[in-house]
Amino acid sequence: MSDEKAVSIPQQSGGTQAKDAGADGEILLKVTGLQKHFPIRKGLLQRQTGAVRAVDGIDFEVRKGETLGVVGESGCGKSTMGRLITRLLEPTAGTVEFEGRDITHLSTGALRPMRRDVQMIFQDPYSSLNPRHTIGTIVSAPFRLQGVTPEGGVKKEVQRLLSVVGLNPEHYNRYPHEFSGGQRQRIGIARALALNPKLVVADEPVSALDVSIQAQVVNLLDDLQEELGLTYVIIAHDLSVVRHVSDRIAVMYLGKIVELADRNALYKAPMHPYTKALLSAVPIPDPKRRKVKSERILLKGDVPSPISPPSGCRFHTRCWKATQICRTTEPPLLELRPGQRVACHHPENSEDQAPQDTELLTEARQAAAELGKSSDTSSDK
Amino acid sequence: MSKLEKAALGEPAPLAQSDADDVFLSVRDLRIHFDTDDGLVKSVDGVSFDVARGRTLGIVGESGSGKSVTSLGVMGLHRSARAKVSGEVWLDGQELIGAHPDEVRRLRGRKMAMIFQDPLSAMHPYYTVGHQIVEAYRVHHDVSKKIAKQRAVEMLDRVGIPEPGKRVDSYPHEFSGGMRQRAMIAMALVNNPELLIADEPTTALDVTVQAQILDLIRDLQKEFGSAVIMITHDLGVVAEMADDLLVMYGGRCVERGPAEAVFSEPRHPYTWGLLGSMPRLDRDETDRLIPVKGQPPSLINLPPGCAFNPRCPYADIPKDDVTRTVRPELTEVGSRHWAACHMSQEQRERIWTEEIAPKL
Ligand SMILES: Nc1ncnc2c1ncn2[C@@H]1O[C@H](COP(=O)(O)OP(=O)(O)OP(=O)(O)O)[C@@H](O)[C@H]1O
Ligand SMILES: Nc1ncnc2c1ncn2[C@@H]1O[C@H](COP(=O)(O)OP(=O)(O)OP(=O)(O)O)[C@@H](O)[C@H]1O
Ligand code: SF4
Ligand code: SF4
Ligand SMILES: [Mg+2]
Ligand SMILES: [Mg+2]
Repeated sequence: MSDEKAVSIPQQSGGTQAKDAGADGEILLKVTGLQKHFPIRKGLLQRQTGAVRAVDGIDFEVRKGETLGVVGESGCGKSTMGRLITRLLEPTAGTVEFEGRDITHLSTGALRPMRRDVQMIFQDPYSSLNPRHTIGTIVSAPFRLQGVTPEGGVKKEVQRLLSVVGLNPEHYNRYPHEFSGGQRQRIGIARALALNPKLVVADEPVSALDVSIQAQVVNLLDDLQEELGLTYVIIAHDLSVVRHVSDRIAVMYLGKIVELADRNALYKAPMHPYTKALLSAVPIPDPKRRKVKSERILLKGDVPSPISPPSGCRFHTRCWKATQICRTTEPPLLELRPGQRVACHHPENSEDQAPQDTELLTEARQAAAELGKSSDTSSDK
Repeated sequence: MSKLEKAALGEPAPLAQSDADDVFLSVRDLRIHFDTDDGLVKSVDGVSFDVARGRTLGIVGESGSGKSVTSLGVMGLHRSARAKVSGEVWLDGQELIGAHPDEVRRLRGRKMAMIFQDPLSAMHPYYTVGHQIVEAYRVHHDVSKKIAKQRAVEMLDRVGIPEPGKRVDSYPHEFSGGMRQRAMIAMALVNNPELLIADEPTTALDVTVQAQILDLIRDLQKEFGSAVIMITHDLGVVAEMADDLLVMYGGRCVERGPAEAVFSEPRHPYTWGLLGSMPRLDRDETDRLIPVKGQPPSLINLPPGCAFNPRCPYADIPKDDVTRTVRPELTEVGSRHWAACHMSQEQRERIWTEEIAPKL
């Protein structure tokens, strides 16, 4: 709320929440027009017959000391984006700048010093852990690769890291297959934090963890941020976790960012219909409310394919507000309120960007009707 | 049949479900220990439960508490020489721990199927997703490859993979994390199993797809009367799906009962901690989550007495330090509701209503 008049004064941000820490910081990572298309090949000759447009032109920046949360449906390109900004994948187009330096096309050798500063926690812990190495070896690998000896020796430091993420010393000599799912996830976290990186891209860092250890890890990430000024990009589909850790949140849909906003604005007054749907669909942990499903906006229709995304606004095939212009014209990502960028012709909680275009598409009318039906039933609770 | 009855009679107490549904899976005193260089890891140490046809048992508990090891045990998948498995697993009247591995293998897929926590480890990297679903189907159905492939595409469609006809020929590494998880769900459901064990089936999925998957599991239950075990740390999912709930800590069951009762009147301090550390959207955000203090226990040297005692804020309430010397057994705390704690019923009721519940 405090940002209503902050349009031209970037320094101004209500000092009311601790989480604002990074909001004014300098830019650590900047991404422009980033794209990744994976070719689809068929037949003996492996001819290219199409492409998965996993990331299809996104722009954002991450400021020093802040946490940017990235949410979006499965398959919308979050992990691909993470791999692009850590330079584990080569972009099809666009640029990635880290600390003001263009790192888009650096060679492996030139990237090595940066590897220390930028770490990734992988979504699939099992496949990122070498099955033939013990956990001690895996977590100490970054020290060996970068030729660093921590105070007190490598083994001691590794054991400290393990205990910080809630693992026992008795785990030191064990192999990845001898761990539970959540323990493996924490091994990845310990490894990523070993060298005190500047930027950590965490792909679903707590999805396999129970709530209690989730809380422990989330608090740990918080503490490290405070102590060392770490910057995070946290990819998660769990909106309650993202709200908890993020300063700003980017919502992705089919390879695009559709909304990018300060945390509070996003949760209090989401502007993109897709964001609103995502927020409404979170199950509520209370069995008494099991029957009350009505407040949910369950998106109807198939998730479109990133091989042939819909024209105009990519969300128009499932949106209950879609009109003709949505089908023909792609809405640009515009700052409709300070700190809140949205790509939509008819945003929620904001002025209509295409008020002349009022006739709903047929699918939208159906979707809107279903929403209407379900909100009727919700009134009797 | 008679064997099952005998087992049910021989079982001393807490398990028989009073509303005597048609029990499909019955697990008795299951123990799974692993020999390691550092000592014997007691991953599962005397767990018992029942699941009836058409019902869902939710299993929750700390990471590393033995949930996956328990379910792999039911599936008969601990084959390494280092794994020591004992106890009884009765599936539709047939005991599986003592059964021949070939016999158990025959049951997998159709009679019981599992959605594994780690999709990549459950899928073969060198075969396409479609090929793997086709093979899973053809083990139990004598049909042509073409028909099986149609079925694979249909299943991928039902789990929400866009353009399944094009994606069926992709390799697992070409799928996103959530797509792999859904491919595995498709594989587990392709034969309409009578018992489905879903180990964190929706961890990688956003809420919309999650809802779709949960609906799919409900459909399976409705159509085929399948029994379901749902392992998850997402209490929202548990609240929505589970009829009964089992809370694990350190390889044992610390609380079990109807889901509503365990949510509204939990009677074990660990369960309280679990509920307290949950981020939720429907309530105001507190600045920090409150985790259960301390580290998870070593499963090689479990703390004596109650395994939760080093982390339990109430460990000094029971007299004579009994909490640190005697292991609490499950006792009845409500209708079909059991908890393992030395505190008296009154003490627990008081702490829950006065100290814990108001803060949640
Ligand atoms: N190596 C690859 N080859 C071909 N397609 C790929 C490859 N990696 C990713 N894709 C495709 O790109 C799209 C985006 O995948 P990505 O892993 O980025 O999704 P995500 O947002 O991380 O999803 P999830 O939440 O399920 O992990 C998907 O359609 C996926 O199948
Ligand atoms: N092959 C093995 N050898 C030794 N220890 C093992 C082995 N497999 C599992 N364990 C240990 O057994 C315990 C229980 O593991 P399990 O995978 O059942 O945990 P979980 O409850 O499923 O946890 P999560 O929620 O993290 O998946 C863990 O502490 C794990 O380290
Ligand atoms: S209103 Fe139009 S532009 Fe906005 S999300 Fe819906 S379809 Fe897209
Ligand atoms: S037995 Fe003692 S330590 Fe265990 S939960 Fe009860 S009070 Fe806490
Ligand atoms: Mg991903
Ligand atoms: Mg597990």
